[in-house]
Amino acid sequence: MKQQLEAILANAKKELAAAANARDLDAARVKFLGKKGELTALLKGMRDLSPEERPAIGQLVNDVRAAVEQALEEQREKISALALEARLKAETLDVTMPGTGTALGHKHPLELVLDEIKDIFIGLGFSVADGPEVELDYYNFEALNIPKDHPARDTQDTFYISDNVVLRTQTSGMQVRVMETKKPPIRIIAPGRVFRSDASDATHSPLFHQIEGLVVDKGIAMSDLKGILELFAKRLYGEDTVVRFRPHHFPFTEPSAEMDIQCYRCHGEGCRLCKGEGWIEILGCGMVHPHVLEMCGIDPEEYSGYAFGVGLERTVMGRFKIDDIRLFYENDVRFLEQF
Amino acid sequence: MKLPFSWLSDYTSIDGISPREYDAALTMSGSKVEEVVNLGAEIDNVVVGRIAEMVRHPNSDHMWVCQIDVGTEMTQICTGAWNIHTGDLIPTAKHKSTLPGGIKITKGKLRGELSNGMLCSLKELGLDTHNAPYAVIQAAAILNDYTCPKGEKPSLPETLTPGAKLFGKVVTAKVLAVKTTGYSQYALTVDLGSGAESVSTSCANIHEDDFVAVDTGRGTVCTLADLRARQEEFPHCIEDGIFVLNEADAKPGDDIRKILGLDELVAEFEITSNRPDCMSVIGLARETAATFNRPLDIPTPAVKGCGGDIREQLSVEVLEPVLCPRYTAKLVKNIKIEPSPAWMRQRLHAAGVRPINNIVDITNYVMLEYGQPMHAFDYACLSDGRIVVRRPQPGEAIQTLDGQSRAITPEMLAICDGSRPVAIAGVMGGANSEITEETRTVVFESACFHGPTVRITAKSLGMRTEASGRFEKGLDPKNTMPAVLRACELVEQLGAGEVIDGVIDVDFSDAEPKTLPFEPEKMNTLLGLDLSADEQAQILERLYFKVADGKVTIPSFRTDIARMCDLAEEVARIYGYNKIPTRLYAGETVQGGLTPRQLMERTAGDVCLSAGFDQSMTFSFVSPKVYDSIALPADDPRRLSVTITNPLGEDFSVMRTTVLPSLLGSLAHNYAHRNPSVSLYEAGTVYHPVVTDGKVDASQLPQEERILTLGSYGRLEFYAFKGVIEAICRRLNVTGVSFTPDSENPSYHPGRCAKVWSGDTLLGCFGTVHPTVAKGFGLSGEVLAAELALDALYACAETVKLYQPLPKFPASTRDIAVLVDDSIPVAKLEAAIRGAAGSILENVTLFDVYKGSQVPEGKKSAAYSLCLRASDRTLTDEECDAAMQKAVRALETEFHAVLRG
Repeated sequence: MKQQLEAILANAKKELAAAANARDLDAARVKFLGKKGELTALLKGMRDLSPEERPAIGQLVNDVRAAVEQALEEQREKISALALEARLKAETLDVTMPGTGTALGHKHPLELVLDEIKDIFIGLGFSVADGPEVELDYYNFEALNIPKDHPARDTQDTFYISDNVVLRTQTSGMQVRVMETKKPPIRIIAPGRVFRSDASDATHSPLFHQIEGLVVDKGIAMSDLKGILELFAKRLYGEDTVVRFRPHHFPFTEPSAEMDIQCYRCHGEGCRLCKGEGWIEILGCGMVHPHVLEMCGIDPEEYSGYAFGVGLERTVMGRFKIDDIRLFYENDVRFLEQF
Repeated sequence: MKLPFSWLSDYTSIDGISPREYDAALTMSGSKVEEVVNLGAEIDNVVVGRIAEMVRHPNSDHMWVCQIDVGTEMTQICTGAWNIHTGDLIPTAKHKSTLPGGIKITKGKLRGELSNGMLCSLKELGLDTHNAPYAVIQAAAILNDYTCPKGEKPSLPETLTPGAKLFGKVVTAKVLAVKTTGYSQYALTVDLGSGAESVSTSCANIHEDDFVAVDTGRGTVCTLADLRARQEEFPHCIEDGIFVLNEADAKPGDDIRKILGLDELVAEFEITSNRPDCMSVIGLARETAATFNRPLDIPTPAVKGCGGDIREQLSVEVLEPVLCPRYTAKLVKNIKIEPSPAWMRQRLHAAGVRPINNIVDITNYVMLEYGQPMHAFDYACLSDGRIVVRRPQPGEAIQTLDGQSRAITPEMLAICDGSRPVAIAGVMGGANSEITEETRTVVFESACFHGPTVRITAKSLGMRTEASGRFEKGLDPKNTMPAVLRACELVEQLGAGEVIDGVIDVDFSDAEPKTLPFEPEKMNTLLGLDLSADEQAQILERLYFKVADGKVTIPSFRTDIARMCDLAEEVARIYGYNKIPTRLYAGETVQGGLTPRQLMERTAGDVCLSAGFDQSMTFSFVSPKVYDSIALPADDPRRLSVTITNPLGEDFSVMRTTVLPSLLGSLAHNYAHRNPSVSLYEAGTVYHPVVTDGKVDASQLPQEERILTLGSYGRLEFYAFKGVIEAICRRLNVTGVSFTPDSENPSYHPGRCAKVWSGDTLLGCFGTVHPTVAKGFGLSGEVLAAELALDALYACAETVKLYQPLPKFPASTRDIAVLVDDSIPVAKLEAAIRGAAGSILENVTLFDVYKGSQVPEGKKSAAYSLCLRASDRTLTDEECDAAMQKAVRALETEFHAVLRG
């Protein structure tokens, strides 16, 4: 009987190992472990054994059953692993096929950089002020120390709506509008559209954007103006940016300056990009003229301030090496989708 | 302003300073240098040559082979020019030389003869006869050059015979010899058929063996004009040719740049409008001296005079002291009008001014040097020897120097004689008192006029001149006297006339110089500097301010200095802006950030971006025709726009009241460039004018409104596009959003357009663009667009969110499908269900709309899923059934719906 049992075990192991799928495996299970299986049949023969032999053989039968069951389980796992492998293989996809469905829009490059500039100044405690694009002559000129028939009006060819209404030529009028309605401390930027009667070409547009800045408080000095604008330039153009402040004239600031950055291509040697100057003009700035403060009802003996104006288009063109300003307003998606 | 360095050097030294250093230093002290140019930079290896010998070219009937002495050697050059003679000094471009315009000259063979370079004309050197007024070429008619034009009868015989009569006293002559007797003066020996005779001429194109026409009556050689001949008949007899030099000290081998004053460096400045004093050589010399801390030497003009007294011949009355604070005049007699000497012509040329004649050149020279515009009147033309400075009377007119007749008005200022205007003050002189060849006595006017008046005058007459551009910035009244004396000094120096003694000077200007308190601490505070009072005073004194007794005395030429901050700028720019320390944050700390309204606009843009829309930007001004392009009716109020009075053209003449045409234009641009699918959004401003009695009130500011406009083709179908609108509303927390059909909007498809609402507030509209409108833009296929008012969206946005507890009891879901007329909007069905099912209806979702087989024509099947729930109990089947029945009944009664099995 012992031999029989060993033969069954060997047989079972062999047949189970040969089972290639669940059905073969089940057939083998029935054959060896089923109610009519070989092991059950053998158990039935137990009653012919002497009582002394029974416990030892019984133990042996149980061992064989356990061994067959284990072999069955092992083979089952093996088969299911193979089946999974086959399925995964069948499910293989070409992962280099393009993705579908998600269209993603592109922010306009002007807005992209404007948002960046806004965020830089917001981080420095500035708020953002909005104001009218169709503006009173008073705010665009008069209140900025540019009375009628002042030669400084020549530098800005103005679109007129009527004698007292213009399309704003600069965002500087926002300085006055803010100071009229808000008492110091004032810390704002005012981005927006400005208009000048220049025919369109690669470098001129009758409409462009400026970002005005204004800070008014007690004890504000030119060193504060320099500090904040140098920081701004480094944030926008990179930490290694070198700036210089060059004397200039604006009727509504005194002292006035223009800020240049050292040409990023030639590092000051002079090249075609900077027209041989070694520097690229970035913005105009200065200390708010005391007369402008007075006209806004702010006492220049108590308060002082600085103001600046950045041209957005020029900044963006420099950043992305865009050579034609008209591209900004054509909205060709082949252009927009590069940003 | 162009500043020749040689001129600058008359007043201060720039020795040892390179052009690059000069550029950098002046730019950083406040006078921006655009560039420093070398006038002769494009000319190289061009020298003075002397024609040693010239013979006719063996293989050409119009060329010469010349032997040129170029100082170091003799070289052979061929030329086609006829105006040269042996002994002439000419600019010679040698082998491997360059000329303006990047022209390179190398040796070569001309019709078989070696030519080692080129002889140059004025034009080839980048000059014209203004630079060398003496170099005017006159041409005789050379009879052997005669070419009979095609199809005409020859007007000269085939063979030329000396003495043959041409007409009248004009006979054919053969030239036996040519002798140069002076610059462009020649003595000819000619054969008139009856033996040799002498004729003198200034025609430069005659050589031995030529045949010319001699007028025996007048004893002259005939030009083309004398023969009434046309150029085509004498193709080589032209008033052009080589530039024959007449410059003192020129000798063979000299660099031509040195001889013609082209070895000059010129700094070009951008001068800001507050510094008219720097529009002058002396003003820039002052800035240069201050920048480099070097001495400045401006000599006082010295006039010898010739006796007499100006007051006996001229009187000046100024009737408008405010408009003319000072009028200074000198009188010069025995004027001889002629070209200016080379040094003056060269300086004017370098400064960008054309030399004309000595008197005009002197006025321009003084204007450039002193910054003081001058005018010269012909004294003989001034009636009664009077000058009256007054406002024009109504109806007065004057013909100005440019030949135009100008009506002048009492807002202007005129310079008049005893009876009539002779100049428009500060703008332009009159033709009636112009300097001519016949002028013998000249009045030099050196005056100071009121800036704004000059500006208004120049603007209203449309004649901005060099003088008006200077006067309008406000000039220094103290400058009129030295300027007029300098002019007289130059008259004597040039021998242009004799200066009559005495000067007329009507002076209403302030005698006392302006002063300001000296406040060094305040200046330090404003600049963020810590300079001592002494340091500040020293800087100011370098700029010709005087600091004493706590006061700063302002030099008269600094018309721009009025307050402490102006002085602070002076100190800062000379000390160095870049030496001012930087400080990051002074003043009270304030909180920055975007307002909720600004954030909301950023968020709206973000939704559009994530829905695949690219952001566009378009011009705010449009053509009034765009309103036609979107089919607005003639009486649509949106056609009333803010109008620009001086637009760049009709296409940019009105401020838009809608962004739709701009956006469709952008779509059309893309469509025309074959971009297959495009979705754009623009958050743009529109301008609603103030309208009174149906008309735009241009004196009032329009209301500016921000509109979010979207457009798309080739990518989204209608409901996907609508999904974007819904997503925007959802993301902005706009509550109670609904859509109602709108068949009235003329820009959209009448069956595919909806108004978008939040409760009773209209947010805007969206839909399919009307195919006719789309076609007008060159678009085909379905074009979708939406226009949403950002302020309305903001007003309807729910800002406060409150937590709702999660449900504790399960929901029951029931589906119903009904057949209804196809024309009934599903929104109405849904509203009916919501109204009828009661408070236990948590949500209702349309999950299918079906038309087609098994659904009768004109009907649709709409299937809804209803989610029912109570917050305090589990609903029973009976409760759910009852709610469902109510909903079905409502659909049946309101819409004749039939429940589908």
